[in-house]
Amino acid sequence: MAGLGFEETELRLGLPGGNDAEEATRSSGKRAFEETIDLKLKLEQPAPERDEDEEAAAADVIPAAANSLSSPAASVATGGGSMKRSPSQSSVVTAELPDPEKPRAPKAQAVGWPPVRSFRKNILSVQSTQKGAGAGVAALVKVSMDGAPYLRKVGLRMYGSYHDLSKALEKMFSSFTIAGSCGSQGMKDMNETKLADLLSGSEYVPTYEDKDGDWMLVGDVPWEMFVESCKRLRIMKGSEAVGLGHTEGDGKMQEQMLRNAYLHASGISCNDTALLFYVS
Amino acid sequence: MTYFPEEVVEHIFSFLPSHSDRNTVSLVCKVWYEIERLSRRSVFVGNCYAVRPEQVVRRFPNVRALTVKGKPHFADFNLVPPDWGGYAGPWIEAAARSCVGLEELRMKRMVVSDESLELLARSFPRFKALVLISCEGFSTEGLADIASHCKHLRELDLQENDVEDRGPRWLSSFPDSCTSLVSLNFACIKGEVDSASLERLVAKSPNLRSLRLNRAVSVDTLSKILLRTPNLEDLGTGNLTEEFQTESYLRLTNALEKCKMLRSLSGFWDASPACVPFIYPLCHQLTGLNLSYTPTLEYSDLTKMISRCVKLQRLWVLDCISDKGLQVVASSCKDLQELRVFPSDFYVAGYSAVTEEGLVAISSGCRKLTSLLYFCHQMTNEALLTIAKNCPNFIRFRLCILEPRKPDATTNQPLDEGFGAIVRECKGLRRLSISGLLTDKVFMYIGKYAKQLEMLSIAFAGDSDEGMMHIMNGCKNLRKLEIRDSPFGDGALLGNVAKYETMRSLWMSSCNVTLKGCEILASKMPMLNVEIMNELDGSCEMEENSVDPSRVEKLYVYRTTAGARDDAPNFVKIL
Repeated sequence: MAGLGFEETELRLGLPGGNDAEEATRSSGKRAFEETIDLKLKLEQPAPERDEDEEAAAADVIPAAANSLSSPAASVATGGGSMKRSPSQSSVVTAELPDPEKPRAPKAQAVGWPPVRSFRKNILSVQSTQKGAGAGVAALVKVSMDGAPYLRKVGLRMYGSYHDLSKALEKMFSSFTIAGSCGSQGMKDMNETKLADLLSGSEYVPTYEDKDGDWMLVGDVPWEMFVESCKRLRIMKGSEAVGLGHTEGDGKMQEQMLRNAYLHASGISCNDTALLFYVS
Repeated sequence: MTYFPEEVVEHIFSFLPSHSDRNTVSLVCKVWYEIERLSRRSVFVGNCYAVRPEQVVRRFPNVRALTVKGKPHFADFNLVPPDWGGYAGPWIEAAARSCVGLEELRMKRMVVSDESLELLARSFPRFKALVLISCEGFSTEGLADIASHCKHLRELDLQENDVEDRGPRWLSSFPDSCTSLVSLNFACIKGEVDSASLERLVAKSPNLRSLRLNRAVSVDTLSKILLRTPNLEDLGTGNLTEEFQTESYLRLTNALEKCKMLRSLSGFWDASPACVPFIYPLCHQLTGLNLSYTPTLEYSDLTKMISRCVKLQRLWVLDCISDKGLQVVASSCKDLQELRVFPSDFYVAGYSAVTEEGLVAISSGCRKLTSLLYFCHQMTNEALLTIAKNCPNFIRFRLCILEPRKPDATTNQPLDEGFGAIVRECKGLRRLSISGLLTDKVFMYIGKYAKQLEMLSIAFAGDSDEGMMHIMNGCKNLRKLEIRDSPFGDGALLGNVAKYETMRSLWMSSCNVTLKGCEILASKMPMLNVEIMNELDGSCEMEENSVDPSRVEKLYVYRTTAGARDDAPNFVKIL
């Protein structure tokens, strides 16, 4: 959009030696995850109105769990420029992902966009602060899977049960599961009664971090409670510990190994027995 | 026809349904002009600055119903600075002087003061209906005056206004003699109401057909009220939070079941999922459902309710419903005519559980769809083509992809072809809002095919002046054009100046028009008001780091017989 005279207030983000942002947006398509996308933030100042209770500073940077994205650490994103903020402070970087399902992380604001009446905005923002849920109205949580090069985000409220969630996760991460008996089989039936099968029969263990910061096994608590308390999900690879067999007999050894691996991964001391796995 | 007595001609005119028809007959000859103007009962003023209030009331002294609209549409999204204008005062004062028979007043996006409401209440002895939509500037004290003095009040309908809360006394101000209420909507009132007053009011209003409560009204009060209104057709609930015992909800269900005429439901303030089953017995008879104020209901609650609403014609929801939920809507609500899906996340590239898949499902299940407002995460050309084929009867099609300039999600192409299909297939399209990545090509399609189009909203779209020119030259019925953040400049602004006389208004913000261009327009077209709004006061020197000083940030052009308005604030310059 040359010639609009926005250059002074416009933020352009990208790799050094920079792409033209517009060009990048148009040709972005199916980029490899290593590249970062240029996100053009238009900060118009002064903004006539700002909602006080909007979280202007929510910058989501997604570090790769395993492989590294070349993303520099991002600082806070601001949007909607009130007079008090200088436009120079923000940069938001996200990874461009081939999967169109992935919601964009940056929380930029533009004046009057999206075009929703203030009346409506005020109602919804009041209601979400009242609710005080950790992940907000949509219960968005990051999902990492060991071995996957990038994270995903899901809205837990979109699903009615563990079963629905597991199907969705399966779909999301199916490209990363190792061919064979593990992956898809492992994601099915993530309900309470089938956890035993899951643990003994698959490489993947779904865990989550709850409001208290503890890592829990998915499926222990009723669905609603899980949605309320889940802050992020991690799909652990059981074989991170050792190579696994899938027979019953190995179950116990596997459990111990998983436990060790898990403790190690979470940084919890081995003496902490308030542990999270159990095999029913 | 001139040999007929006036009463006969007048009677013939009374069959003319539309304002434009009546306007036309008034041009035939002086006699007809006189007959028409004295017998006109209903006047619609689409832009309060297009004509002086005195002119209107002088020409139509016997008007009974007056509708006036103020600020431009983009004021809804905070693009119009506060204090821009749109004052109701002059209209109410003029009517109070010359049209004492006034019975109905409808206003949208106007600034209404308590003093004006008091004047209104005292000036029109037969006043029956007040409808205020997206207005501001008044408080509950003004409403108290309306309640106290309008003895024949039938309708008090307050939609999404910004009302200052000065206490609940307004509701108690209806005198005992007032038994004529048919419609009461105070959903936008923020404060408490006195339940006893409300119950008393309802008890003495046997004609009540439409009642929309605010958040302060409890489940118990609602149940008591409903027992008194078996003929209620439209209900906006109070709050439906979980705090109450199941008994309260059982009472509610019993009361609701008695309302056999109930067709439309809204409100659901703070509704908890637990309350949803209590509405089930009603669902089969509903034609209208508004759940768009309720982020606390998730997709499963929503779908359980909606799947029972087999007669639904109008549905407003939040995007928490997700694509999957929209599939349920598509398979359950075969009579659906209007759908609005609002975002629950307001950031520019915010998350939305709704994509093109949901809309495709809707289009294939709900073939009667004519009106759509859809906020979504992404769209594809293929989806739009399918939607256009499935639903060629769209009259209103408003699509908002949350991220500006987002291309087709699978091909990364612009969405020109998709919207092109919409305008090609939907020959009756009257209103269109476009979004996503769009080049001048989409405007070529719109100009070529959208012959019935009356209102077009453009944001972050197009490449050059050519885009806008396609619209100006092609859309014969265009009345309102609003554009933001698009690269159209003076060339487009001045490319077809005669067109503006046939339109109500043009809005351009964050485009490429310059002061020079606007000055040329103003000089060529004296019947237009060319309003310029800059962030900086026009008289100051421009600051060093600002944008090009001749660039016009906000432009509002409208035809008028009233000349430049005298109530413009400092930041508005009228050329």
